[in-house]
Amino acid sequence: MAAKSNLTNMAVVLAATCLICAAILGCVYAVTAAPIAETNANIQKAAIAAVLPEGVEVSEAVPVKVGGEDSEYYIGTKDGAPVAYAVKSTTSGFGGALTLMVGVTADGKVYNTSVLSHTETPGLGAKCTSDPAFTAQWKGFDTGTKILSVKKDGGDVDAITASTITSRAYTLAVKNAYEAVKGLAK
Amino acid sequence: MMEILLIIVSAIFVNNVVLAQFLGICPFLGVSKKTSTAAGMSAAVCFVITLATLVTYLLNKYLLLPTGIFKVDLTFLQTILFILVIAALVQMVEIVLKKSAPSLYQALGIYLPLITTNCAVLGVAINVVTKQFTFGGAPHMLGLGDAVIYAFATSLGYGLAMILFSGLREHLELNDVPKDFKGLPIALITVGILAMAFMGFSGIA
Amino acid sequence: MSKMQLITKGLVKDNPTFVLILGMCPTLATTTSAINGLSMGLATLFVLVLSNMAISLVAKVTPDKVHIPVYIVVIATFVTVLQLLMQAYTPGIYSALGVFIPLIVVNCIILGRAEAFACKHNVIDSALDGIGVGLGFVASLTVIGIVREILGSGSVFGWKFITGDGILAFIMAPGAFLVLGYLMVLFNKYLVKK
Repeated sequence: MAAKSNLTNMAVVLAATCLICAAILGCVYAVTAAPIAETNANIQKAAIAAVLPEGVEVSEAVPVKVGGEDSEYYIGTKDGAPVAYAVKSTTSGFGGALTLMVGVTADGKVYNTSVLSHTETPGLGAKCTSDPAFTAQWKGFDTGTKILSVKKDGGDVDAITASTITSRAYTLAVKNAYEAVKGLAK
Repeated sequence: MMEILLIIVSAIFVNNVVLAQFLGICPFLGVSKKTSTAAGMSAAVCFVITLATLVTYLLNKYLLLPTGIFKVDLTFLQTILFILVIAALVQMVEIVLKKSAPSLYQALGIYLPLITTNCAVLGVAINVVTKQFTFGGAPHMLGLGDAVIYAFATSLGYGLAMILFSGLREHLELNDVPKDFKGLPIALITVGILAMAFMGFSGIA
Repeated sequence: MSKMQLITKGLVKDNPTFVLILGMCPTLATTTSAINGLSMGLATLFVLVLSNMAISLVAKVTPDKVHIPVYIVVIATFVTVLQLLMQAYTPGIYSALGVFIPLIVVNCIILGRAEAFACKHNVIDSALDGIGVGLGFVASLTVIGIVREILGSGSVFGWKFITGDGILAFIMAPGAFLVLGYLMVLFNKYLVKK
C-alpha cells in the first residue's frame, strides 16, 4: 500500500515523477518530430499533386493574399513555363475553418480542388471531401462559361444536400483562389 | 460588439458544450437528479472553466508557443501542463473559498473536487488555444478577451443544459417507466430529445 | 480472480460503458462511425494498459497525499506519447478524433482503474486488468459506432450497403444519446444476470 506522507518524500516523489515524465516526453518528441513534419509535408504535397496537371514541376511556397487573408501558392511549371498554380485558400465553413488547395491553370480554369482540413459535420458538410457528385464538378470547372456560386445563389455549382453553408464556403474558397491567380497574371 | 454577441449565442445554444460537443457528460448525468444540486454544480463549473481558460491561455501564449519566453515550440506539453494547472487551480479555489467566503464554499464545496475530472474544463481550455473560430467572420484564433468570454458563455450553456435536464429528470422520477428503461437509459433517451431540440438553433449562427 | 477472468470481465460483467457508466464523453462524441469508435477504443486501451502498469510500479513509493497528482502526471505523459505517435503515423484518425485524444487524460476509466486496481496489484495483473477493461471499452465503442453508422449513413466500416442518405440525426448529437440509451436497455435486458 501507499507510503506514509511526509514533506520530504512528497516533494521527492513529485519532483522525480515530473522529471522522469518530462524526460520520456522529451525523448518521444525528439524521435517523432521528424516523422510528424514529414507526414504533414506529405499531406500538403499530395494535395498539391492532386490539383495540378500530371508531370509538372512544383515550386517552393510563395506568399500571396487570398480573399484578403495571408496565404501561399505553388507554381507548377512544364518545360520552364508556368502551366498551373496551386493556391491554399481558407474560408469559414459551418463548423469552423475550411482549408482547400485549389489548382488553377494558366488559362484561367479550375483544374481540381482538394480539402486540406475541415471541421464540418460528419454525414453532412463533411461530404465535401467524399461525395463524388460534389467533388467531381470541380475537375475542369470552366470559369469562362460557368458562374462560381451555388445554384441557390444563381450560380452553376451543385450544392451538397442539406449543407448549403459548407457548399457556399467551398465555392467561396475556390473563387478567392481563382481571383488570386487572376491577380497574379496582371 | 456584434462578434461578442455571436460568441455568446453560439457557445450557449448552437454549440452547446454538453448537447453538441459532448463535454462534461459524466457530471451531467451524475449530479442532475435534483435541480438544486445541478445549479450548485453549474455555478462551480462556471467559476472554474472561466478561471482555468484565462490561466491556461496565458501560460500557452507565454510559455509553450514559440513566440513565448522560451522561443521554442513546447506545445507538446499542452495536455500535461493544462491538467496540472486545472488540478492545482481547483485546489486553490477550494482553499481560498474556504477561508474568504465560507457560505459560498458551503454551497459549492462538495462539487469542486469533482471538477478536476470534468472534461469540459480541459476541453474548453484546449479548444480555445488550438482551434480556429469563425463567428460569422474569417477563421481566426481567439484573443484573450474573446477566449474568456467564450469560456464563460460555454459554462452558461453547461448550466442551462444541466438545469433543464435536472427539471426533466425530477419529473421522470414520478413516472412509471418500464423496468429495463429505469435510471440511466431513459435519462439518455431524454437527453437525446433535448439535443434534438437544441439542433434547431443551428441555423442562427 | 483468475488471469482469464481479469481479461474477460470487462466485456459484460464490469463493462465500463454499459455497467460502470464511465468515460461517457468519448463514447458519445467519437462513435459517429464504426472505425472512429474502434480507434478511440484502441487509443484508450493503449493509455490504460501502460498507465496501469506504471502506476502499479510506483504505487508503493508514492506518499498517500500526493498520489492523485502523481497518477495524473503519469497518465498525461502516456496520453502525450500517444498524441505524438498518432500525429506522426495516423494523422487522418488523429484529426478525426480531435480534442478527444488529449481528453483521454480525464477519462474516468483510467484514473478509476488506477485507484481501484493498479495501486494494489502487481504489474502483470494490472496490465491484464487494463487489457480487460480496455477491451470492454473497445467493444462497446465499436458496437455503438456500428449501429450509428448503419442508421446514419447506411454503411459499416465505410462499406456502403444502402444507397442514399441515412437518418442524419444518428450521426449528430441526438443520435449518440438515443443509441446509447437503447443499447443500454438491451444490455440490461439480455446480458446482465439478475
